[in-house]
Amino acid sequence: MLDVIVNGESRILAGSVTVKELIQDMDLQGKRIAIEINGEIVPASQHSRVQISDGDHIEIVGAIGGG
Amino acid sequence: MTESSNDPLIIAGIEYGSRLLVGTGKYKDMDETRAAIQASGAEIITIAIRRTNIGQNPGEPNILDVLPPDKYTILPNTAGCYTAKDAVRTCMLARELLDGHQLCKLEVLGDEKTLYPDMPATMEAAETLIKDGFKVMVYMNDDPILAKRLAEMGCVAVMPLAAPIGSGLGVRNPHNIRFIVEEATVPILVDAGVGTASDAAVAMELGVDGVLMNTAIAAAGKPVLMAAAMNKAVRAGREAWLAGRMPKKAYASASSPETGLID
Repeated sequence: MLDVIVNGESRILAGSVTVKELIQDMDLQGKRIAIEINGEIVPASQHSRVQISDGDHIEIVGAIGGG
Repeated sequence: MTESSNDPLIIAGIEYGSRLLVGTGKYKDMDETRAAIQASGAEIITIAIRRTNIGQNPGEPNILDVLPPDKYTILPNTAGCYTAKDAVRTCMLARELLDGHQLCKLEVLGDEKTLYPDMPATMEAAETLIKDGFKVMVYMNDDPILAKRLAEMGCVAVMPLAAPIGSGLGVRNPHNIRFIVEEATVPILVDAGVGTASDAAVAMELGVDGVLMNTAIAAAGKPVLMAAAMNKAVRAGREAWLAGRMPKKAYASASSPETGLID
């Protein structure tokens, strides 16, 4: 079990997962998003390779209307 | 064929037919957003970067589906950032989100009440972003010296405020905007503070290259109609600037011939 923070909220992950799997788990696949883990951007090309670790702080952002 | 029909706005080497840039915030829904942006004629539109669980109804389409990047030039902003570090981080996320897109609108705010920019932090962030390959359009206060410094640093557009963000007060200091325009080496856009069509025209008549606005359209009684009005006002103001206004005089000067009058 991994205890991580996603967008400021605590989240328990069942086991070892990749960024891609987390995105699928959150129903965000195919959406225009950007991911940062512990302050470092994980490029889209790396999503299927990078594993999430216990205690990671993950930010998932998207575009919204703004001025 | 008017003189302004071949008068593109050029930012970072790209030509645009519209000198009105618009934000996409504060609209009632996505339909209104789309209709207003369309009526404005804008080709460059700003967006904000936020956590995916913020500000979106799960069923609602994403702003980038409604206003697709192949149709509009997307200008991600750093609105809400109060430090250089947060602003840089936001631009990096935007670049990742938009597949390597380098154009960004930098704003580092200094104060919640006025939303005036923190200029030392803005300059620090601009320097970092430019070194990293970003094409920075920078929001600033109406200071002619800072405008020059930001252009020298390599910002692709310098964007002084007309008045505080969302205030709708119009151009508060036309003299400073004119000084900035006189010394400009990059496009100057008035960003923030426009309230109605005449404000946009006034800004353009001062010789700025464009106007960026959001609230003036989104908070109007009929946003789509106001977007159309702004579209025309920016064009009218540009044409008036290119035409060159008549000199002001203290006394009257008859428009009709003063000879040949009937007895």
